[in-house]
Amino acid sequence: MLEIKNLHAKVDSFEILKGVDLEVNAGEVHSIMGPNASGKSTLAQVLTGRETYKVTAGEILYEGKNLLDMTPEVRACEGVFMAFQYPVEIPGVGSAYFLKAALNAIRKHHGIEEIDAMDFLALAKEKMKLLNIDEKLLNRSINEGFSGGEKKRNEIFQMAILEPKLCIMDETDSGLDIDAMKVVAKGVNALRSPERAIIIITHYQRLLKYIVPDFVHVLVDGRIVKSGGKDLALELEDKGYAWVEEEAVKSK
Amino acid sequence: MTTDTKTIKTLVDKEYKYGFVTEIEADSIPRGLNEETIHMISAKKNEPEWMLKWRLKAYRHWAKMKKEKGEPKWVNVKYPSIDYQDIIYYSAPKPKKELKSLDEVDPDILKTFEKLGIPLEEQKKLSGVAVDAVFDSVSVATTFKEKLAEMGIIFCSFSEAVLNHPDLIQKYMGSVVPYTDNFFATLNSAVFTDGSFCYIPEGVRCPMELSTYFRINAESTGQFERTLIIAEPGSTVSYLEGCTAPMRDKNQLHAAVVELIALDDATIKYSTIQNWYPGDKDGKGGIYNFVTKRGKCLGRNSHISWTQVETGSAITWKYPGCILQGDNSIGEFYSVALTNNHQQADTGTKMIHIGKNTRSTIISKGISAGYGQNTYRGMVKILKGATGARNYTQCDSLLIGDKCGAHTFPYIEVKNPTAQMEHEASTTRIGEDQMFYCKQRGISTEDAISLIVSGFCKKVFRELPMEFAVEAQRLLSVSLEGSVG
Repeated sequence: MLEIKNLHAKVDSFEILKGVDLEVNAGEVHSIMGPNASGKSTLAQVLTGRETYKVTAGEILYEGKNLLDMTPEVRACEGVFMAFQYPVEIPGVGSAYFLKAALNAIRKHHGIEEIDAMDFLALAKEKMKLLNIDEKLLNRSINEGFSGGEKKRNEIFQMAILEPKLCIMDETDSGLDIDAMKVVAKGVNALRSPERAIIIITHYQRLLKYIVPDFVHVLVDGRIVKSGGKDLALELEDKGYAWVEEEAVKSK
Repeated sequence: MTTDTKTIKTLVDKEYKYGFVTEIEADSIPRGLNEETIHMISAKKNEPEWMLKWRLKAYRHWAKMKKEKGEPKWVNVKYPSIDYQDIIYYSAPKPKKELKSLDEVDPDILKTFEKLGIPLEEQKKLSGVAVDAVFDSVSVATTFKEKLAEMGIIFCSFSEAVLNHPDLIQKYMGSVVPYTDNFFATLNSAVFTDGSFCYIPEGVRCPMELSTYFRINAESTGQFERTLIIAEPGSTVSYLEGCTAPMRDKNQLHAAVVELIALDDATIKYSTIQNWYPGDKDGKGGIYNFVTKRGKCLGRNSHISWTQVETGSAITWKYPGCILQGDNSIGEFYSVALTNNHQQADTGTKMIHIGKNTRSTIISKGISAGYGQNTYRGMVKILKGATGARNYTQCDSLLIGDKCGAHTFPYIEVKNPTAQMEHEASTTRIGEDQMFYCKQRGISTEDAISLIVSGFCKKVFRELPMEFAVEAQRLLSVSLEGSVG
């Protein structure tokens, strides 16, 4: 589904990604781990097309198409979704209204007729139950006055409604208590399917206890320096990132 | 924002949709302004002597103002000085005979209003809006007159009211906005040509929205309309006005006066959707909109509410205000003003608290895009006798792009120590992060802007009558098309 080859990217004049290679297939869950400032979030931003990040070399193929040629909204319509680390507030815009607009934009892109308000509400209620989200949230402005946990759960709720093919979760676990994390994990697990790929970006192993990945990659200084199965996450938890970094230096 | 820049390029040339001209024969008087002009206008309208006298008084006062001080200089807008001798002060569609029904109205004019989406035909009764249509200088059609008359409601053109209800006109005209009020109001008092008149008798709740639709058609014509609404004790009325004009390279002047009078326990809700031609993207042409609107809460527990959505005009200069004279009276002002391209707006309100326990609320939302300059100017005055008066003001500005400007000039004057005042203000930019969040969910740049902007204006939109709230939202997104860059 996703093929990243020798990806280089910079912000302003700082090169952050220095040759990332990664292949993700449908049905797989990948976790990208790494210390602060290793480029994890940059990778997520580049995949979704944030304009402040400039790709200087390499390519990204998404379902065989050049992802870098697509605008952020086209990428979204094609099924790329990011659960934001810091979901932004949009005052005065109701969550339901926003999400319905998003869903209809995606449906229009695929030539499917727009969903009407009644059907949308039924769909939303069904998904909210799954994520233990209070229905009142639909009437509130997007993320305005939401607690940290509500914001993150709302991101997963949006993901459940929009049914993307590639889900990128940017440090979704940061700022969550254990109960909220379980709810989020339950939601994500419910979305696991053979047609969908999920990339989980995280510092810590703790979320991976609840969402068990198929692959774990360690990103250090803009490169993936080690890849492995779910046990790699446990090893990292034990030993920290330093040993991987040392290993990476040795292998150079 | 590279992709956004591309979007602008494709959209920037979108045209003002109401900019067409209707080819009709017009009966106009020669350009220029002098006492002779006033006599001519008055004669064209077969006015009684007292009306002519009032006009002449206003004209002489205006001539003096013009000589001494000229136009007001305190306004935060720039424009070349207006040549008042180059304006046609009266233009009416021909033939000018008394119209008995809509069937007699020039079909081309009816078509114009149809094109604008204004239902004038009697069969469109279901829309539940009574319309008075003002084309250039005269009112061409008023719908639902008979039905309203059954309840004692008078809804007609101002000229008709001068002829048929002289007592009411003489009693109230100029009682809220005196002919000496300001340069443009004085000019209007001298040369006004038509407008709407509403009278709601005691205890009557007007069963439908009353609406006036103003259209400037003829070239070099100024439109000077005057509206007067009187709500007797215990009555309620909701009134809406809409405005459009053809696209012309030359600026056209619009100087209106609106007076509202609410007696004991009466409520007047006045909504405006102003979409005069704003000029082209380089700032050429467009309407100069210099308007004086004021309401007087004369009675106890009376209530006047102004809601305005200002998206048009090259220059907007208006401050719909309330004089809160009756005890416990309430004044409200809800405003969305948008300036795009080279538009300039200096708008806000005046709330004068005279009576006890009077309350006022001001919610102003200014949106600037392109090279637009948006100024909020508001005055809240609490007079000595206004014990227990309260005001809440919130004025927010939203900036789109980095070439526009937002300015805020609040004036507060309190002479009674029991008054409670609250003032909140904010200036924000549409954030790149908000835009990206929307786009990451599949929403296009255009839709994302209109989503964020309508969220910003929500508090005002919900004050508009239902069917117009939808129109306002649409208008806003059309006016903003291609504004990001």
